[in-house]
Amino acid sequence: MSKRLVYLLPLGVFLILAVYFAVGLTKDPRKLPSTLINREVPAFDLPPIQGFDRGFSSKDLLGQVTLVNIFGSWCVACLAEHPFLMKLKAEKIIPIYGIDWREKTDGAATQWLERHGNPYTLVGDDRDSRVSIDFGVTGAPESFIVDKKGVVRYKHIGPIYPETWTDTLLPIVEELRKE
Amino acid sequence: MKFVASLIVALALLAPALPALAVEPHEILDDPALEHRAREISKELRCVVCQNQSIDDSDAELARDLRVIVRERLTKGDSDDEVINYVVARYGDFVLLRPPFKGITYVLWFGPAIFVVIGIAAVAVYYRKRQSEAGANGAAKTKKLTAEEKARLDALLKDETNV
Repeated sequence: MSKRLVYLLPLGVFLILAVYFAVGLTKDPRKLPSTLINREVPAFDLPPIQGFDRGFSSKDLLGQVTLVNIFGSWCVACLAEHPFLMKLKAEKIIPIYGIDWREKTDGAATQWLERHGNPYTLVGDDRDSRVSIDFGVTGAPESFIVDKKGVVRYKHIGPIYPETWTDTLLPIVEELRKE
Repeated sequence: MKFVASLIVALALLAPALPALAVEPHEILDDPALEHRAREISKELRCVVCQNQSIDDSDAELARDLRVIVRERLTKGDSDDEVINYVVARYGDFVLLRPPFKGITYVLWFGPAIFVVIGIAAVAVYYRKRQSEAGANGAAKTKKLTAEEKARLDALLKDETNV
């Protein structure tokens, strides 16, 4: 009898692998695990975008739980999350800091923010991608939750929708505010 | 004239189809040795936008940004490993097209060899078993020839010689 079971072994191995690969298929390969989690925000000091007085440096993030959002006026998905970011600002839920990534022309981001509204406390101009790459960006938009000490605690890839916020991001923010 | 034209066409068709180069002319470093190192490093780094291409192959803007960073760091005197570590620190081991040899990747490196060994062992065991079973069966059959059978066999053989 046990001899017969040996012949079932390949089938067993196959089933284990099949489950393993099936789970793997449900994961989005675009969503890379971030190397930044639980590490300090990379140090940077970005200049302002055209028409703004102040840029945005890593020191601005200290002392409060913040949302750092990488966006660009060229980025279509950023427009999808924009109304919700405006709502977060209007209801004073969390300060949002913007990194304006790889803008090709002066004033493009300024115009974009004038047209759609500015949800950001501060915006920095990262046209040569250096700071975005320090953040390990793979595409826009990407958002990072940064704690009071300036440590990155969570990375969200893709637009923030109301459900994303209430289901995933807000619980993390509330937890961090208690720290 | 017609001959020359067709010759040109024929030669054009024979020319190897060269892949379009993603590296743009203005990116190329003046120092050929440094540029060569940059190309070699770029071939090892995965483009995180189009994930099965290296940054050397990819036309994605992020790949271009990374190529420029690789060249910049080399010009500043970084070693090849330092440049690669710079990118890995930001994007993780995933950007290495050749997975690194360490604890969590042992399965990846040894897995195929282990399966080959298991396969060869299984085949060896199978054949050895079959051979010994065949031997045992053969012996059993000769033993099973009882005195009665032997007498019958002898009788048959005798019959044959009588014919």
